[in-house]
Amino acid sequence: MSTKNLSVTHAVLVDEEIQFTLVELSRACRADIEQLVVLVHEGVLTPSGDDPQHWRFGGPTLHRARAALRLTRDFELNAAGTALVLDLLDEIKTLRSRLRHLGTR
Amino acid sequence: MDFKDYYATLGVERKATQDQIKRAYRKLARKYHPDVSKEPDAEARFKDVAEAYEALNDPEKRAAYDDVGKRHKNGQDFSPPPGWNSGFEFSGRDFGGDGNGDHSAFFEALFGRQAAGARGPRPPEHMAGRDHHAKVQIELHDSYQGARRNISLRVPQVDTSGQMTMQSRKLDVTIPKGVRSGQHLRLSGQGGLGHGQGPAGDLYLEIEFAAHPYFRVEGRDVYLDLPVAPWEAALGASLAVPTPDGSIQLTVPPGSSPGRKLRLKGKGLPSVPPGDLYVMLSIALPPADTEPAQEAYRGMAKNFAGFNPRRALEA
Repeated sequence: MSTKNLSVTHAVLVDEEIQFTLVELSRACRADIEQLVVLVHEGVLTPSGDDPQHWRFGGPTLHRARAALRLTRDFELNAAGTALVLDLLDEIKTLRSRLRHLGTR
Repeated sequence: MDFKDYYATLGVERKATQDQIKRAYRKLARKYHPDVSKEPDAEARFKDVAEAYEALNDPEKRAAYDDVGKRHKNGQDFSPPPGWNSGFEFSGRDFGGDGNGDHSAFFEALFGRQAAGARGPRPPEHMAGRDHHAKVQIELHDSYQGARRNISLRVPQVDTSGQMTMQSRKLDVTIPKGVRSGQHLRLSGQGGLGHGQGPAGDLYLEIEFAAHPYFRVEGRDVYLDLPVAPWEAALGASLAVPTPDGSIQLTVPPGSSPGRKLRLKGKGLPSVPPGDLYVMLSIALPPADTEPAQEAYRGMAKNFAGFNPRRALEA
């Protein structure tokens, strides 16, 4: 095994400021464009812009899209099933946070 | 290298049908999938389960594995006989979406790495490299102060003779202030090499906070459970309280009850606007294990003769 030493000074935080086109997102997630289009049509991902050519995805989409793709693959789900799982996970997160605000653990 | 008993990992018998294997995998996946599981070691467990399923779900791989398995037990030292798998042509799908390097050494010895592009269509002459992903664990205070991290990554690479080798490389990464768990850092050009004149891909680092013994993070806000003595809650107190950014002085107002939430504005994760730090009070009772302590409790009983903690239970 060889080791290459390499200094990197520039890391960009993928936050709300960063936007992905459909092609960029598919590269970043290593997913087919068609798969992402289906996730948009299912309401899992919500880009701005009217048509796939002009869709722009905010930075946090990367996290959500990757979770969606993992769930789709590992449970062999269809897009509707993935959308349902993600919605339920969001709801659990909200409920957990509400529990915390009530001071219960 | 240890022999892995994939049947034991999935909890099925060696003569299990493909359906039984699938069912066992699905059940374990629901339990340990890192996206849905709250189990502490979910990620490692799921990796094992997914690998076992990948080996046993594919009839070709399963047959090859069974052939080796006749001669080995779980945990037993294993080295594949030279050229043993030359008769098998694996056509399995690329299970790990992030590709290579995700399998155990045992799996790779058996089935080989899914040599990228070794089979399948030739890539176009010029093509951008693939984007890579890795996870980086940081401490909570790294997000408060920003940090630099040396990280080592293992990347499979095809060398000049077409062999797949693991290369290790080190990166010096600046972690920006205010980064949150689940966010990604993008390092341009640090992903897979491009083909021909195609540009290199990007490297995405997913940030994950190491679990903290007493701080919990939710979005930009940080939570701390703070035990106080009964007299501190009743009479009020000024207490030194830890924050991820150092200790601060906190005023507990008189008459505080357990569960009271005190907000320290702007003391959460730094960002615009910054998050808040919430301190949740709980009341710790001192033990009545000495005579003076018992006397003090008796004194309380006498002085609070009218106090009924169960008023709400009375009709």
